[in-house]
Amino acid sequence: MKKYFAIAFLITCSSICLWAQKPTKQMLQKGKIVYEQYCLACHQVDGSGVPHLNPPLVKTSFVLGDKKSLIGIVLNGLSDVEVDGETYSNPMPGFNFLTDEEVANVLTYVRNSFTNKATAVTIAEVKSSR
Amino acid sequence: MVTIFSAFDNVNDSYPKDNPDLKLPSGFKAVTIADNLGGARHLAVTKQGNIYIKLARVKDGKGIIMLQDANHDGKIENQKSFGNYGGTGIYVKDNYLYASSNEEVYRYALNEKGEVISPNQPERIIKGLLNRRQHESKSITLDNDGNIYVNIGAFSNACQEKDRTKGSVGMRPCPVLDSAGGIWQFKANQANQSYGSGVRYATGLRNVVGLDWNTTNNQLFVMQHGRDQLFQLYPEFYDAKQSAELPAEAMYALNKGDNCGWPYIYYDPIQKKKILAPEYGGDGKKTGGEDAIDPIVTFPAHLGPNALLFYTGAMFPERYKNGAFVAFHGSWNRAPEKQKGYFIAFVPFKDGKPNGEWEIFADNFAGVEEVQSPSQAQHRPCGLAQAPDGSLLVSDDVKGTIYKITYKGK
Repeated sequence: MKKYFAIAFLITCSSICLWAQKPTKQMLQKGKIVYEQYCLACHQVDGSGVPHLNPPLVKTSFVLGDKKSLIGIVLNGLSDVEVDGETYSNPMPGFNFLTDEEVANVLTYVRNSFTNKATAVTIAEVKSSR
Repeated sequence: MVTIFSAFDNVNDSYPKDNPDLKLPSGFKAVTIADNLGGARHLAVTKQGNIYIKLARVKDGKGIIMLQDANHDGKIENQKSFGNYGGTGIYVKDNYLYASSNEEVYRYALNEKGEVISPNQPERIIKGLLNRRQHESKSITLDNDGNIYVNIGAFSNACQEKDRTKGSVGMRPCPVLDSAGGIWQFKANQANQSYGSGVRYATGLRNVVGLDWNTTNNQLFVMQHGRDQLFQLYPEFYDAKQSAELPAEAMYALNKGDNCGWPYIYYDPIQKKKILAPEYGGDGKKTGGEDAIDPIVTFPAHLGPNALLFYTGAMFPERYKNGAFVAFHGSWNRAPEKQKGYFIAFVPFKDGKPNGEWEIFADNFAGVEEVQSPSQAQHRPCGLAQAPDGSLLVSDDVKGTIYKITYKGK
Protein backbone atom coordinates (compact mmCIF):
# COMPACT_ATOMS: atom_id res chain seq x y z
CA MET A 1 0.00 0.00 0.00
CA LYS A 2 2.78 2.32 1.05
CA LYS A 3 4.42 1.67 -2.32
CA TYR A 4 1.30 2.75 -4.25
CA PHE A 5 1.11 5.93 -2.24
CA ALA A 6 4.70 6.65 -3.05
CA ILE A 7 4.14 6.12 -6.79
CA ALA A 8 0.98 8.21 -6.74
CA PHE A 9 2.89 10.90 -4.93
CA LEU A 10 5.68 10.82 -7.48
CA ILE A 11 3.25 11.05 -10.39
CA THR A 12 1.44 13.99 -8.82
CA CYS A 13 4.69 15.68 -7.98
CA SER A 14 6.19 15.31 -11.42
CA SER A 15 3.05 16.65 -13.08
CA ILE A 16 3.07 19.58 -10.67
CA CYS A 17 6.74 20.12 -11.42
CA LEU A 18 6.14 20.00 -15.17
CA TRP A 19 3.24 22.36 -14.80
CA ALA A 20 5.42 24.61 -12.71
CA GLN A 21 8.01 24.77 -15.51
CA LYS A 22 5.57 26.57 -17.77
CA PRO A 23 5.93 30.35 -17.51
CA THR A 24 2.71 31.96 -16.37
CA LYS A 25 1.48 35.36 -17.45
CA GLN A 26 1.76 36.57 -13.88
CA MET A 27 5.40 35.48 -13.57
CA LEU A 28 6.26 37.27 -16.81
CA GLN A 29 4.52 40.46 -15.73
CA LYS A 30 6.19 40.48 -12.32
CA GLY A 31 9.52 39.52 -13.88
CA LYS A 32 9.33 42.45 -16.29
CA ILE A 33 9.03 44.86 -13.37
CA VAL A 34 12.15 43.39 -11.73
CA TYR A 35 13.98 43.50 -15.08
CA GLU A 36 13.16 47.18 -15.56
CA GLN A 37 14.34 48.10 -12.07
CA TYR A 38 17.57 46.10 -11.89
CA CYS A 39 18.62 44.71 -15.25
CA LEU A 40 17.52 47.03 -18.04
CA ALA A 41 20.12 49.76 -17.46
CA CYS A 42 22.92 47.39 -18.47
CA HIS A 43 21.23 44.69 -20.54
CA GLN A 44 19.01 47.23 -22.35
CA VAL A 45 15.36 47.36 -23.26
CA ASP A 46 15.73 44.69 -25.95
CA GLY A 47 18.13 42.45 -24.02
CA SER A 48 20.87 43.18 -26.55
CA GLY A 49 23.34 44.39 -23.90
CA VAL A 50 26.15 46.81 -24.75
CA PRO A 51 28.90 45.73 -27.15
CA HIS A 52 32.12 44.91 -25.25
CA LEU A 53 30.65 46.10 -21.90
CA ASN A 54 27.49 44.22 -20.90
CA PRO A 55 26.60 40.81 -22.37
CA PRO A 56 23.44 40.27 -24.41
CA LEU A 57 20.61 38.07 -23.13
CA VAL A 58 19.32 37.15 -26.58
CA LYS A 59 19.51 33.41 -27.20
CA THR A 60 22.80 32.95 -25.41
CA SER A 61 23.83 29.67 -23.83
CA PHE A 62 24.01 31.45 -20.46
CA VAL A 63 20.33 32.37 -20.58
CA LEU A 64 18.90 29.29 -22.25
CA GLY A 65 21.26 26.72 -20.70
CA ASP A 66 21.69 25.37 -17.19
CA LYS A 67 19.25 27.11 -14.86
CA LYS A 68 21.36 26.51 -11.77
CA SER A 69 24.29 28.47 -13.15
CA LEU A 70 21.96 31.18 -14.44
CA ILE A 71 20.43 31.57 -10.97
CA GLY A 72 23.96 31.64 -9.56
CA ILE A 73 24.89 34.57 -11.84
CA VAL A 74 21.95 36.64 -10.60
CA LEU A 75 22.66 35.82 -6.95
CA ASN A 76 26.45 36.14 -6.98
CA GLY A 77 27.27 38.36 -9.96
CA LEU A 78 29.76 37.69 -12.71
CA SER A 79 32.89 39.19 -14.21
CA ASP A 80 35.38 38.35 -16.95
CA VAL A 81 32.76 36.63 -19.01
CA GLU A 82 33.02 35.46 -22.58
CA VAL A 83 29.74 34.98 -24.44
CA ASP A 84 29.79 33.50 -27.94
CA GLY A 85 33.46 34.46 -28.37
CA GLU A 86 33.01 38.08 -27.29
CA THR A 87 34.29 39.55 -24.03
CA TYR A 88 32.46 42.02 -21.78
CA SER A 89 34.31 44.24 -19.37
CA ASN A 90 31.73 45.58 -16.91
CA PRO A 91 31.37 43.39 -13.81
CA MET A 92 27.85 42.36 -12.80
CA PRO A 93 27.07 42.72 -9.11
CA GLY A 94 25.25 40.01 -7.18
CA PHE A 95 21.52 40.53 -6.60
CA ASN A 96 21.16 38.24 -3.58
CA PHE A 97 18.91 40.82 -1.91
CA LEU A 98 16.13 39.89 -4.34
CA THR A 99 13.57 37.41 -3.01
CA ASP A 100 13.40 33.88 -4.38
CA GLU A 101 10.19 34.83 -6.13
CA GLU A 102 11.74 37.94 -7.73
CA VAL A 103 14.71 35.94 -9.03
CA ALA A 104 12.40 33.23 -10.38
CA ASN A 105 10.17 35.77 -12.06
CA VAL A 106 12.90 37.87 -13.63
CA LEU A 107 14.73 34.82 -14.99
CA THR A 108 11.48 33.39 -16.32
CA TYR A 109 10.86 36.76 -17.98
CA VAL A 110 14.36 36.87 -19.49
CA ARG A 111 14.12 33.26 -20.70
CA ASN A 112 10.85 34.13 -22.46
CA SER A 113 11.60 37.58 -23.87
CA PHE A 114 13.87 39.01 -26.57
CA THR A 115 12.95 36.03 -28.82
CA ASN A 116 14.00 33.57 -26.09
CA LYS A 117 11.74 30.62 -25.33
CA ALA A 118 12.48 28.32 -22.42
CA THR A 119 11.00 26.78 -19.29
CA ALA A 120 10.25 28.87 -16.24
CA VAL A 121 12.60 29.19 -13.30
CA THR A 122 10.75 28.16 -10.14
CA ILE A 123 10.97 29.55 -6.64
CA ALA A 124 12.09 26.10 -5.47
CA GLU A 125 14.96 26.12 -7.95
CA VAL A 126 16.11 29.51 -6.68
CA LYS A 127 15.77 28.40 -3.07
CA SER A 128 17.91 25.34 -3.62
CA SER A 129 20.59 27.48 -5.30
CA ARG A 130 21.00 29.89 -2.40
CA MET B 1 64.51 40.27 -40.39
CA VAL B 2 61.10 38.64 -40.36
CA THR B 3 58.32 39.59 -42.76
CA ILE B 4 57.86 43.31 -42.75
CA PHE B 5 54.12 43.44 -43.25
CA SER B 6 51.39 40.86 -43.48
CA ALA B 7 50.33 39.77 -46.95
CA PHE B 8 48.86 42.50 -49.06
CA ASP B 9 45.32 43.08 -47.84
CA ASN B 10 42.34 43.70 -50.03
CA VAL B 11 42.17 47.26 -51.23
CA ASN B 12 38.73 47.90 -52.56
CA ASP B 13 38.49 49.92 -55.73
CA SER B 14 35.10 51.33 -54.78
CA TYR B 15 36.66 53.70 -52.21
CA PRO B 16 36.58 56.57 -51.60
CA LYS B 17 32.83 56.76 -51.91
CA ASP B 18 30.42 59.53 -51.00
CA ASN B 19 28.81 59.16 -47.63
CA PRO B 20 25.49 60.98 -47.74
CA ASP B 21 24.38 59.45 -44.42
CA LEU B 22 26.37 61.81 -42.22
CA LYS B 23 24.66 65.09 -41.39
CA LEU B 24 27.16 67.95 -41.63
CA PRO B 25 27.07 71.76 -41.63
CA SER B 26 26.66 73.34 -45.05
CA GLY B 27 29.80 73.29 -47.18
CA PHE B 28 31.14 70.10 -45.58
CA LYS B 29 31.21 66.72 -47.27
CA ALA B 30 31.97 63.21 -46.05
CA VAL B 31 33.42 60.25 -47.92
CA THR B 32 34.14 56.74 -46.73
CA ILE B 33 37.77 55.93 -47.46
CA ALA B 34 37.85 52.41 -46.00
CA ASP B 35 35.43 49.97 -44.43
CA ASN B 36 35.17 46.70 -42.50
CA LEU B 37 38.60 47.12 -40.92
CA GLY B 38 37.60 45.73 -37.51
CA GLY B 39 37.09 47.62 -34.24
CA ALA B 40 38.83 50.84 -35.33
CA ARG B 41 39.53 52.75 -32.11
CA HIS B 42 41.92 55.73 -32.46
CA LEU B 43 43.77 56.77 -35.57
CA ALA B 44 46.74 58.98 -36.43
CA VAL B 45 48.14 60.51 -39.62
CA THR B 46 51.74 61.18 -40.64
CA LYS B 47 52.74 64.40 -42.38
CA GLN B 48 52.92 62.39 -45.63
CA GLY B 49 49.26 61.43 -45.16
CA ASN B 50 49.65 57.78 -44.11
CA ILE B 51 46.84 56.77 -41.78
CA TYR B 52 47.54 54.40 -38.89
CA ILE B 53 44.53 52.81 -37.17
CA LYS B 54 44.54 50.95 -33.85
CA LEU B 55 42.18 48.00 -33.60
CA ALA B 56 40.55 47.07 -30.30
CA ARG B 57 41.36 43.41 -30.94
CA VAL B 58 43.73 41.85 -33.42
CA LYS B 59 42.27 40.90 -36.78
CA ASP B 60 44.13 38.09 -38.52
CA GLY B 61 46.72 38.47 -35.80
CA LYS B 62 47.38 42.17 -36.45
CA GLY B 63 46.30 45.16 -34.36
CA ILE B 64 47.48 48.17 -36.41
CA ILE B 65 46.42 48.98 -39.96
CA MET B 66 48.17 51.44 -42.27
CA LEU B 67 46.32 53.03 -45.16
CA GLN B 68 48.51 54.72 -47.74
CA ASP B 69 47.62 56.98 -50.63
CA ALA B 70 51.15 57.45 -51.96
CA ASN B 71 50.22 59.36 -55.12
CA HIS B 72 47.65 61.56 -53.33
CA ASP B 73 44.82 60.80 -55.73
CA GLY B 74 42.39 60.27 -52.84
CA LYS B 75 42.48 56.49 -53.27
CA ILE B 76 44.14 54.15 -50.80
CA GLU B 77 46.40 51.92 -52.83
CA ASN B 78 48.25 50.30 -49.95
CA GLN B 79 46.75 48.63 -46.90
CA LYS B 80 49.14 46.89 -44.55
CA SER B 81 48.82 45.55 -41.04
CA PHE B 82 51.20 44.74 -38.21
CA GLY B 83 51.45 44.75 -34.40
CA ASN B 84 50.27 41.61 -32.59
CA TYR B 85 48.19 43.38 -29.92
CA GLY B 86 44.78 45.03 -29.61
CA GLY B 87 44.30 48.40 -27.94
CA THR B 88 43.05 51.95 -28.40
CA GLY B 89 45.83 54.55 -28.34
CA ILE B 90 47.79 55.62 -31.42
CA TYR B 91 49.64 58.86 -32.11
CA VAL B 92 52.23 60.25 -34.49
CA LYS B 93 54.88 62.71 -33.31
CA ASP B 94 58.28 63.69 -34.72
CA ASN B 95 58.87 60.69 -36.97
CA TYR B 96 57.63 58.13 -34.49
CA LEU B 97 54.40 56.19 -34.34
CA TYR B 98 53.22 55.48 -30.78
CA ALA B 99 50.63 52.77 -30.08
CA SER B 100 49.22 51.19 -26.95
CA SER B 101 47.89 47.84 -25.87
CA ASN B 102 45.78 47.80 -22.70
CA GLU B 103 48.96 47.47 -20.57
CA GLU B 104 51.85 48.83 -22.61
CA VAL B 105 52.93 51.59 -24.99
CA TYR B 106 55.25 50.97 -27.95
CA ARG B 107 56.88 53.23 -30.48
CA TYR B 108 58.00 52.65 -34.05
CA ALA B 109 60.47 54.79 -35.98
CA LEU B 110 59.11 56.12 -39.30
CA ASN B 111 61.11 56.53 -42.51
CA GLU B 112 61.04 59.62 -44.75
CA LYS B 113 57.86 58.29 -46.39
CA GLY B 114 56.10 58.02 -43.04
CA GLU B 115 56.29 54.23 -43.09
CA VAL B 116 57.13 52.12 -40.06
CA ILE B 117 60.70 50.87 -40.51
CA SER B 118 60.57 47.76 -38.29
CA PRO B 119 56.94 46.78 -37.72
CA ASN B 120 57.91 43.64 -35.83
CA GLN B 121 60.45 45.31 -33.57
CA PRO B 122 58.82 48.21 -31.78
CA GLU B 123 60.51 49.81 -28.79
CA ARG B 124 58.48 49.21 -25.65
CA ILE B 125 58.51 52.53 -23.78
CA ILE B 126 55.91 51.80 -21.08
CA LYS B 127 54.97 48.47 -19.51
CA GLY B 128 52.98 46.98 -16.66
CA LEU B 129 50.04 49.39 -16.59
CA LEU B 130 46.99 48.17 -14.75
CA ASN B 131 44.38 46.34 -16.82
CA ARG B 132 41.50 45.00 -14.80
CA ARG B 133 39.17 44.82 -17.76
CA GLN B 134 36.97 47.79 -16.83
CA HIS B 135 38.08 51.10 -18.45
CA GLU B 136 41.14 49.26 -19.65
CA SER B 137 42.01 51.24 -22.77
CA LYS B 138 45.20 53.30 -22.62
CA SER B 139 44.73 56.45 -24.67
CA ILE B 140 47.82 58.50 -25.43
CA THR B 141 48.92 61.95 -26.55
CA LEU B 142 52.24 63.83 -26.59
CA ASP B 143 53.32 67.37 -25.81
CA ASN B 144 56.06 69.34 -27.57
CA ASP B 145 58.63 68.66 -24.85
CA GLY B 146 59.17 64.93 -25.27
CA ASN B 147 56.51 63.73 -22.83
CA ILE B 148 53.78 61.20 -23.43
CA TYR B 149 50.50 61.24 -21.48
CA VAL B 150 48.68 57.97 -20.82
CA ASN B 151 45.20 57.52 -19.43
CA ILE B 152 44.90 54.77 -16.84
CA GLY B 153 41.16 54.37 -16.28
CA ALA B 154 39.69 53.40 -12.92
CA PHE B 155 38.72 49.73 -12.75
CA SER B 156 35.53 50.76 -11.00
CA ASN B 157 32.39 52.84 -11.41
CA ALA B 158 32.46 54.79 -8.15
CA CYS B 159 35.07 53.07 -5.97
CA GLN B 160 32.52 51.14 -3.93
CA GLU B 161 33.77 48.29 -1.75
CA LYS B 162 31.82 46.08 -4.14
CA ASP B 163 31.75 47.62 -7.59
CA ARG B 164 28.32 48.56 -8.97
CA THR B 165 26.59 46.88 -6.05
CA LYS B 166 23.58 48.46 -4.40
CA GLY B 167 24.21 49.33 -0.76
CA SER B 168 28.00 49.06 -0.96
CA VAL B 169 29.77 52.18 0.37
CA GLY B 170 32.60 54.13 -1.24
CA MET B 171 36.13 53.40 -0.04
CA ARG B 172 37.95 56.32 1.58
CA PRO B 173 40.63 56.95 0.54
CA CYS B 174 39.83 55.32 -2.76
CA PRO B 175 42.71 52.82 -3.31
CA VAL B 176 42.13 52.78 -7.08
CA LEU B 177 43.71 56.24 -7.34
CA ASP B 178 47.21 54.97 -6.49
CA SER B 179 47.59 53.24 -9.82
CA ALA B 180 44.61 54.29 -11.95
CA GLY B 181 41.86 56.91 -12.23
CA GLY B 182 44.18 59.52 -13.72
CA ILE B 183 46.65 60.59 -16.37
CA TRP B 184 50.29 59.52 -16.07
CA GLN B 185 53.20 61.31 -17.74
CA PHE B 186 56.23 59.43 -19.10
CA LYS B 187 59.22 60.23 -21.29
CA ALA B 188 58.50 59.54 -24.95
CA ASN B 189 62.00 58.23 -25.66
CA GLN B 190 62.82 55.91 -22.75
CA ALA B 191 62.38 52.15 -22.82
CA ASN B 192 60.48 50.06 -20.29
CA GLN B 193 59.15 52.76 -18.01
CA SER B 194 56.38 51.91 -15.56
CA TYR B 195 54.69 53.46 -12.52
CA GLY B 196 58.00 54.08 -10.73
CA SER B 197 59.43 56.17 -13.54
CA GLY B 198 56.23 58.00 -14.49
CA VAL B 199 54.46 60.93 -12.86
CA ARG B 200 50.80 60.91 -11.88
CA TYR B 201 50.06 64.09 -13.81
CA ALA B 202 46.38 64.40 -12.84
CA THR B 203 44.10 62.32 -10.63
CA GLY B 204 40.40 61.92 -9.86
CA LEU B 205 39.53 61.08 -13.47
CA ARG B 206 37.29 58.02 -13.70
CA ASN B 207 38.10 57.20 -17.29
CA VAL B 208 39.48 59.25 -20.14
CA VAL B 209 39.44 57.91 -23.67
CA GLY B 210 39.71 61.22 -25.57
CA LEU B 211 42.62 63.51 -24.79
CA ASP B 212 44.75 66.00 -26.74
CA TRP B 213 47.55 68.45 -26.20
CA ASN B 214 46.46 72.00 -27.01
CA THR B 215 49.39 73.73 -28.69
CA THR B 216 47.79 77.20 -28.43
CA ASN B 217 48.33 77.36 -24.68
CA ASN B 218 50.52 74.28 -24.19
CA GLN B 219 48.05 72.42 -22.04
CA LEU B 220 46.61 68.92 -21.74
CA PHE B 221 42.84 68.63 -22.25
CA VAL B 222 40.87 65.49 -21.46
CA MET B 223 37.30 64.23 -21.76
CA GLN B 224 36.08 62.23 -18.77
CA HIS B 225 33.51 59.46 -18.96
CA GLY B 226 31.21 60.26 -16.03
CA ARG B 227 29.98 57.68 -13.55
CA ASP B 228 27.04 55.36 -14.22
CA GLN B 229 23.92 54.09 -12.51
CA LEU B 230 22.83 56.72 -9.98
CA PHE B 231 19.24 55.46 -10.14
CA GLN B 232 20.05 51.77 -10.02
CA LEU B 233 22.32 52.21 -7.00
CA TYR B 234 20.43 55.00 -5.20
CA PRO B 235 16.73 54.97 -6.17
CA GLU B 236 16.02 56.89 -2.93
CA PHE B 237 17.82 59.96 -4.34
CA TYR B 238 17.48 59.69 -8.12
CA ASP B 239 14.82 58.62 -10.58
CA ALA B 240 15.56 57.03 -13.94
CA LYS B 241 15.29 60.33 -15.78
CA GLN B 242 17.73 62.14 -13.47
CA SER B 243 20.07 59.19 -13.73
CA ALA B 244 20.01 59.55 -17.52
CA GLU B 245 20.94 63.26 -17.26
CA LEU B 246 23.59 63.02 -14.52
CA PRO B 247 26.47 63.56 -14.31
CA ALA B 248 27.94 65.74 -17.09
CA GLU B 249 30.43 64.31 -19.53
CA ALA B 250 33.15 66.81 -18.73
CA MET B 251 36.10 68.40 -20.50
CA TYR B 252 38.97 69.37 -18.19
CA ALA B 253 41.95 71.61 -18.89
CA LEU B 254 44.69 70.05 -16.76
CA ASN B 255 47.74 71.36 -15.02
CA LYS B 256 50.25 69.06 -13.37
CA GLY B 257 48.92 67.92 -10.00
CA ASP B 258 45.25 68.61 -10.72
CA ASN B 259 42.49 66.57 -9.13
CA CYS B 260 39.14 66.26 -10.90
CA GLY B 261 37.33 64.74 -7.94
CA TRP B 262 36.34 61.18 -8.86
CA PRO B 263 35.06 59.15 -7.01
CA TYR B 264 34.10 61.54 -4.23
CA ILE B 265 32.13 63.96 -6.40
CA TYR B 266 30.50 64.23 -9.80
CA TYR B 267 29.64 67.32 -11.79
CA ASP B 268 25.94 68.15 -12.10
CA PRO B 269 25.42 70.17 -15.31
CA ILE B 270 21.95 71.34 -14.24
CA GLN B 271 22.88 72.68 -10.77
CA LYS B 272 26.34 73.57 -12.20
CA LYS B 273 27.99 72.22 -9.05
CA LYS B 274 30.30 69.51 -7.84
CA ILE B 275 27.95 67.15 -6.02
CA LEU B 276 29.01 64.71 -3.31
CA ALA B 277 28.71 61.16 -4.65
CA PRO B 278 26.03 59.10 -2.88
CA GLU B 279 28.66 56.43 -2.13
CA TYR B 280 30.30 59.08 0.08
CA GLY B 281 27.21 60.40 1.85
CA GLY B 282 25.73 62.53 -0.91
CA ASP B 283 22.03 62.85 -1.63
CA GLY B 284 22.06 64.58 -5.01
CA LYS B 285 22.18 68.04 -3.38
CA LYS B 286 25.13 68.16 -0.97
CA THR B 287 28.19 69.64 -2.64
CA GLY B 288 31.80 68.55 -2.22
CA GLY B 289 35.18 68.40 -3.90
CA GLU B 290 36.65 71.68 -2.66
CA ASP B 291 40.07 70.39 -3.74
CA ALA B 292 38.85 69.43 -7.21
CA ILE B 293 38.91 71.60 -10.32
CA ASP B 294 35.78 72.44 -12.32
CA PRO B 295 35.25 71.21 -15.86
CA ILE B 296 35.84 73.71 -18.62
CA VAL B 297 33.03 72.41 -20.89
CA THR B 298 30.13 70.14 -19.95
CA PHE B 299 28.10 67.88 -22.22
CA PRO B 300 24.99 65.75 -21.56
CA ALA B 301 25.47 62.62 -19.48
CA HIS B 302 26.70 59.22 -20.63
CA LEU B 303 27.43 60.18 -24.25
CA GLY B 304 30.83 58.45 -24.11
CA PRO B 305 33.43 60.97 -25.33
CA ASN B 306 36.02 58.73 -27.00
CA ALA B 307 38.17 61.23 -28.89
CA LEU B 308 39.28 64.85 -28.55
CA LEU B 309 41.06 66.82 -31.26
CA PHE B 310 42.10 70.46 -31.42
CA TYR B 311 41.81 71.51 -35.02
CA THR B 312 44.84 73.35 -36.35
CA GLY B 313 44.27 72.81 -40.07
CA ALA B 314 43.75 75.38 -42.79
CA MET B 315 40.89 73.72 -44.71
CA PHE B 316 37.92 74.44 -42.42
CA PRO B 317 36.45 77.95 -41.99
CA GLU B 318 38.16 80.30 -39.56
CA ARG B 319 35.78 79.67 -36.64
CA TYR B 320 36.95 76.04 -36.44
CA LYS B 321 40.61 77.00 -36.08
CA ASN B 322 42.02 75.85 -32.73
CA GLY B 323 38.57 74.65 -31.65
CA ALA B 324 37.85 71.23 -30.18
CA PHE B 325 36.18 68.32 -31.92
CA VAL B 326 34.83 65.61 -29.61
CA ALA B 327 33.72 62.20 -30.89
CA PHE B 328 30.90 60.79 -28.80
CA HIS B 329 30.75 57.01 -29.01
CA GLY B 330 27.10 57.06 -27.86
CA SER B 331 25.43 56.22 -24.59
CA TRP B 332 24.14 53.05 -22.98
CA ASN B 333 23.50 54.28 -19.46
CA ARG B 334 20.51 56.45 -20.39
CA ALA B 335 18.13 53.45 -20.65
CA PRO B 336 15.12 53.31 -20.32
CA GLU B 337 15.33 56.79 -21.89
CA LYS B 338 16.42 56.61 -25.52
CA GLN B 339 20.16 56.69 -26.10
CA LYS B 340 22.12 59.78 -27.20
CA GLY B 341 25.46 60.67 -28.68
CA TYR B 342 26.79 58.84 -31.74
CA PHE B 343 27.93 62.21 -33.11
CA ILE B 344 30.89 64.55 -33.29
CA ALA B 345 30.59 67.81 -31.39
CA PHE B 346 32.50 71.04 -31.90
CA VAL B 347 33.45 73.64 -29.29
CA PRO B 348 34.87 76.97 -30.54
CA PHE B 349 38.05 78.03 -28.68
CA LYS B 350 40.01 81.24 -28.43
CA ASP B 351 43.44 81.51 -26.79
CA GLY B 352 43.11 77.99 -25.39
CA LYS B 353 39.73 78.66 -23.76
CA PRO B 354 36.19 77.76 -24.86
CA ASN B 355 34.63 80.64 -26.74
CA GLY B 356 30.97 79.75 -27.23
CA GLU B 357 28.53 76.87 -26.76
CA TRP B 358 29.21 73.38 -28.05
CA GLU B 359 27.29 72.24 -31.11
CA ILE B 360 26.77 69.02 -33.05
CA PHE B 361 29.16 68.97 -36.02
CA ALA B 362 28.65 65.55 -37.60
CA ASP B 363 25.59 63.46 -36.79
CA ASN B 364 23.81 60.25 -37.73
CA PHE B 365 26.67 57.79 -37.41
CA ALA B 366 24.10 55.44 -35.86
CA GLY B 367 22.13 55.41 -39.11
CA VAL B 368 18.80 54.98 -37.34
CA GLU B 369 16.25 57.57 -36.27
CA GLU B 370 16.33 56.59 -32.60
CA VAL B 371 18.81 54.43 -30.74
CA GLN B 372 17.07 52.46 -28.00
CA SER B 373 20.07 50.26 -27.28
CA PRO B 374 23.67 50.70 -28.47
CA SER B 375 23.73 47.54 -30.57
CA GLN B 376 21.20 49.20 -32.89
CA ALA B 377 23.82 51.78 -33.91
CA GLN B 378 25.38 50.88 -37.25
CA HIS B 379 28.47 52.99 -36.59
CA ARG B 380 29.93 54.62 -33.48
CA PRO B 381 32.56 57.36 -33.84
CA CYS B 382 35.60 56.55 -31.71
CA GLY B 383 38.72 58.26 -33.11
CA LEU B 384 39.62 61.60 -34.68
CA ALA B 385 42.66 62.74 -36.61
CA GLN B 386 43.58 65.69 -38.77
CA ALA B 387 45.03 64.97 -42.21
CA PRO B 388 47.82 67.16 -43.65
CA ASP B 389 45.32 68.87 -45.99
CA GLY B 390 43.20 69.87 -42.98
CA SER B 391 40.43 67.33 -43.53
CA LEU B 392 39.06 65.50 -40.50
CA LEU B 393 39.33 61.72 -40.28
CA VAL B 394 36.94 59.70 -38.13
CA SER B 395 37.13 56.02 -37.17
CA ASP B 396 34.18 53.81 -36.25
CA ASP B 397 34.65 50.78 -34.04
CA VAL B 398 31.47 48.92 -34.99
CA LYS B 399 32.21 48.15 -38.62
CA GLY B 400 35.64 49.71 -38.93
CA THR B 401 34.59 52.48 -41.28
CA ILE B 402 37.00 55.38 -41.84
CA TYR B 403 35.38 58.68 -42.81
CA LYS B 404 37.04 61.74 -44.29
CA ILE B 405 35.26 65.06 -43.78
CA THR B 406 36.28 67.94 -46.02
CA TYR B 407 35.17 71.53 -46.51
CA LYS B 408 34.41 72.62 -50.03
CA GLY B 409 32.91 76.02 -49.32
CA LYS B 410 29.50 77.35 -50.20
